[in-house]
Amino acid sequence: MLFKLQPRPQPSQRMVWLSPLLAIALMLLVGMVIFTLLGQSPLKAFHAFFIEPINDMYGLGELLIKASPLALIALGLSVGFRANVWNIGAEGQLTIGAIAAGGVALWFYESDSAWVLPLMFMAGALGGMVWAAIPAVLRTRFHTSEILVSLMLVYVAQLLLSWLVHGPWRDPDGFGFPQSRQFTESAILPIMLEGTRTHAGIWLTLIALVMVFVFMRWSVVAFQMRVAGLAPRAADYAGFNAKRTIWIGLLTGGAAAGIAGMNEIAGPIGQLSMPLSPGYGFAAIIVAFVGRLHPIGILLASLLMALLYLGGESAQMQLALPAAVSGVFQGLLLFFLLATDVLIHFRLTPTWRSKA
Amino acid sequence: MNADTVILILVATITAGVPLIFAALGELVVEKSGVLNLGVEGMMIVGAISGFMVAAESGQLWLGVLAGAGAGMLMALIFAFITLTLMANQVATGLALTIFGIGLSAYMGQAYSSVALEGIKSLHIPLLSDLPVLGQLLFSYDPLVYLALLLFPLLVWFLYHSRGGLVLRAIGESPTSAHALGYPVIRIRYLAVLFGGAMAGIGGAYLSLAYTPLWSEGMTAGRGWIALALVVFATWRPGRVLLGAFLFGGVTIAQFHVQGLGVDIPSQFLSMLPYLATIAVLVLISRNAKTIRLNAPASLGQAFHREVH
Repeated sequence: MLFKLQPRPQPSQRMVWLSPLLAIALMLLVGMVIFTLLGQSPLKAFHAFFIEPINDMYGLGELLIKASPLALIALGLSVGFRANVWNIGAEGQLTIGAIAAGGVALWFYESDSAWVLPLMFMAGALGGMVWAAIPAVLRTRFHTSEILVSLMLVYVAQLLLSWLVHGPWRDPDGFGFPQSRQFTESAILPIMLEGTRTHAGIWLTLIALVMVFVFMRWSVVAFQMRVAGLAPRAADYAGFNAKRTIWIGLLTGGAAAGIAGMNEIAGPIGQLSMPLSPGYGFAAIIVAFVGRLHPIGILLASLLMALLYLGGESAQMQLALPAAVSGVFQGLLLFFLLATDVLIHFRLTPTWRSKA
Repeated sequence: MNADTVILILVATITAGVPLIFAALGELVVEKSGVLNLGVEGMMIVGAISGFMVAAESGQLWLGVLAGAGAGMLMALIFAFITLTLMANQVATGLALTIFGIGLSAYMGQAYSSVALEGIKSLHIPLLSDLPVLGQLLFSYDPLVYLALLLFPLLVWFLYHSRGGLVLRAIGESPTSAHALGYPVIRIRYLAVLFGGAMAGIGGAYLSLAYTPLWSEGMTAGRGWIALALVVFATWRPGRVLLGAFLFGGVTIAQFHVQGLGVDIPSQFLSMLPYLATIAVLVLISRNAKTIRLNAPASLGQAFHREVH
């Protein structure tokens, strides 16, 4: 017996929400199989990967710390993705945002002004936007693919950071390690929950969540951008500004990634160092898709993705598996999501003879 | 700079371009069939580690190259199933393939980061390799370099002078018409994607077995993305892919020699050159909107289902 895909007359609304859940279930199933093949007990591995990291307050705090940048960047990217603007260089925008914010922190080293953090915030947002503006300019002026340009700029940003922490901004008392000085009190985000590392940056993510929700729900611009994504020619015909769509799509992602970069160095890291992020900028792309480009979905997906990161770290300590295993899970999750999405537009019907 | 240095630079340029030739010519075939696979970087790096592992375990370098090709094909098969059979968005699936590949390769390679391997040796051709100057410039390479250069005319012949190539290009331009004529659109796209995967895998294996015979995490360093950019730069023509690959090989090598000239630039800025050069050539090529629109396969990136048009 084989299956055939039959087009549905209308997209299935139920499958829109079911397919991410199906994808998660499949990912867990395949994950268990992989662990078994690696000679681990699946239950023990499952416990180490998904339960152990979050069974106390500190662990839950770590979950929030990781989910926060993922959700923030994914929210920014989702605005562009809805309009078919493919900014996949968020990792670079995060890096430049961190560099700009770190520059402010080092400039005001040992100052105790209350303005340092707000300035760092603005520098971070601006840094990310400037880096995202490059693909925006090239796309609107020269039709250059924003996918490739934004991605190339990731490597450029990381090399720039490498030069700064090895050279001009290196900590004079850091034994030659590639890192800047530890930021002083005024450049560090306050802790929100005693006994955890949760910092005030999480509020920024929640504010962004509300803003993106309102923007997508009630703004004409968001509607025009969505039309531009779904039917570019219809959007042209209706006179919607295509260039504005590209600019907004890229700058929102850039600003979000830049702020996320500032949060990382003013939060858990407390200095500029290499590497800044465990690939948040790329993982956020998966978060955006798994969350259906919808703010609430993104919130849930970011928690799941953060758990995959924590699980990877915990598996490293307890099962001697490399942390890279979380990248494998992330990829699998997106594969399964994309695969199950076929069920939104198609129905599986059994056929009794093969038809190629 | 004396003549010897110039020859050395030219030889290094050729070898630096080889992984790009494999990956970009493979992707060219994929895109000619109307499929856009952004997973080249992921396929390359999995090819690199698989090739290295098999070569290290078996002691057979050529088995490693085959393993690289096989691993790239397996990766491409995942992509093909999701985008061609299940008709998912090709951009998102390609990205997933790259993220998956980078994670998987780091996972596979953890035990191999300190393993030393004797790389693939250059081929000594009697008489020819001993020629002064020419011998070094043309006949001092390892077999994979010649394979890459052989791949080019074969591909030109296939694409433009064979029936299969004509069908492939027809499918890329209009899958609907090709389907109406009775050509198996999905099956041929599968074959194209698998070929692209094998080539990306070989390109990766060349890096870990010949170019720098070792394994280090993330060693492809964006070459898969540069290969994608090369296809655009070449406006989907094989000859210009070759030209572009050597151009980038030159840029990659230039950074090592600029420092030798006593120019005082931090190494990080020199390492940026290939990426900045990629952006520059993309801008130059896509500046004229018609260039891309007239040359890109018309159905590039669109899913195909025979009952939905």
